[in-house]
Amino acid sequence: MRETTTPEQASRKDGAQVSAVSLGGLPYRPAHAAETAPVVLRLDKVGVSYGDRPAVQDVTMDIYKNRITALIGPSGCGKSSILRCLNRMNDLIYSAKVTGSVYLDGVDINGDAVDPVQVRRHVGMVFQKPNPFPMSIKENVAFGPKRQGTSGRGRLKETVEKALRSAALWDEVADKMDQPGTALSGGQQQRLCIARVLAVRPEIILMDEPCSSLDPVATLKIEDLMRELARDYTIVIVTHNMQQAARVSDYTAFMLASEHGLNGRLIEYGATNEIFTNPRDKRTEDYITGRFG
Amino acid sequence: MTRTAFERQLLAVQEDMLVMAGMVETAIERGIEALKTRNVNLAHQIIEDDLKINRKRYETEDKCLELIATQQPLASDLRTIVSVLHITVDLERMGDHAEGIAKIALMLADEPPLKPYIDIPRMAQVASEMLMGSLEAFKDRDPARARAICDQDDEVDALYEQVYRELLTFMINDPRTIQRATYLIWTAHNLERIADRVTNICERVIYLVEGRIEELNVSKY
Repeated sequence: MRETTTPEQASRKDGAQVSAVSLGGLPYRPAHAAETAPVVLRLDKVGVSYGDRPAVQDVTMDIYKNRITALIGPSGCGKSSILRCLNRMNDLIYSAKVTGSVYLDGVDINGDAVDPVQVRRHVGMVFQKPNPFPMSIKENVAFGPKRQGTSGRGRLKETVEKALRSAALWDEVADKMDQPGTALSGGQQQRLCIARVLAVRPEIILMDEPCSSLDPVATLKIEDLMRELARDYTIVIVTHNMQQAARVSDYTAFMLASEHGLNGRLIEYGATNEIFTNPRDKRTEDYITGRFG
Repeated sequence: MTRTAFERQLLAVQEDMLVMAGMVETAIERGIEALKTRNVNLAHQIIEDDLKINRKRYETEDKCLELIATQQPLASDLRTIVSVLHITVDLERMGDHAEGIAKIALMLADEPPLKPYIDIPRMAQVASEMLMGSLEAFKDRDPARARAICDQDDEVDALYEQVYRELLTFMINDPRTIQRATYLIWTAHNLERIADRVTNICERVIYLVEGRIEELNVSKY
């Protein structure tokens, strides 16, 4: 990805609002006025339809660097569809059609010249169910770097160890690197999948309900890990667990569909502490207080 | 998804708080009555009843903590519980001030009255009206009313100043009145503090509705 100046950086340099043509010409609208982190992902009127059914539409929001952004909302509101737009995973769904633009560091990732594989290298993804490859722990983590051309046993070993350490798994697997990844516990498997993503050094990690199949202790471990990872990465998480969004995220976006799986919209996006203590929109209030959903 | 049981519990803690406010209002009213009529029995009753106010506070606090621990309240539900927790502390302290007035009534019961009581009962009346008004603003989620009630605190402050000056004159003219006049200044001070704590309740009403803390009244005293 091309390195560009974000509006935040530019406005701090010259004190003026930037028209930011490379960022789609959107006015800079921070979700939180005090935010100083640059914008790494900008969604501009993003929508997804499956066949002729519009699942979600008109989502415009900025994702900030080294922040954890949570997407919440009832089932069928389009949050996973939006998440999949951020690394072109919807390309893999035959009936899915994506509209609008997603800018990663200023570049529209849906542009003709952009290789989706390259996008996914910069924007990794962790799925709902841990999905280790049917190979050893070591091979699972080395898989990506190898395909990227990292060679030499020493360098690969170093990359694998670093990724496992970052995923807080190294101490638990250091003496059994040749065992199959599938032999680990659910929580360990999920951290292995996170290590696999980290091994290719992405900028952004997308997590789609990463704890929904884990027990509470494994869940808290992943949440702790997310906070650690946010020092070096930007994380976007989809979660059904509102308490989890409240615990781990810096920003929360609430989405809602007019009916299940149809016309999902972004209702409110703001700093997590504000969304959970004093939401602006009544629909957000009703959802997070359990009055509907 | 409805939360009938939770909503019932959330209403219950607010009702507890309102009951507690009623107990405090009664204590203030009776305190002044005991002072005016030199009624020792009534004064003892107020002191005894203050224990019930204190118990009600801890009972409400327990229920609020249980709701936080078991129901993970958010947004306006969370603000409601936090407001109830704060307001019950203020109410409990107001009860202590009313108890203070009852203790002064006991100390003055055997003394000849210094003067007819006019401004002190007026202070109590305004403070009580403010108290009940603030709880109505809470019930109605009415920040405009809460702000208006705070303005009444100026009337209480003005009365306090008037009482203070008058009693000071008594003390200067006749040093034998110093003890009785001091007790009465303490009484007026208790009432001034009660009115001041009502403004805290009004601030909580604004927080409850608007989600932000607004300092409404910085008391002179």
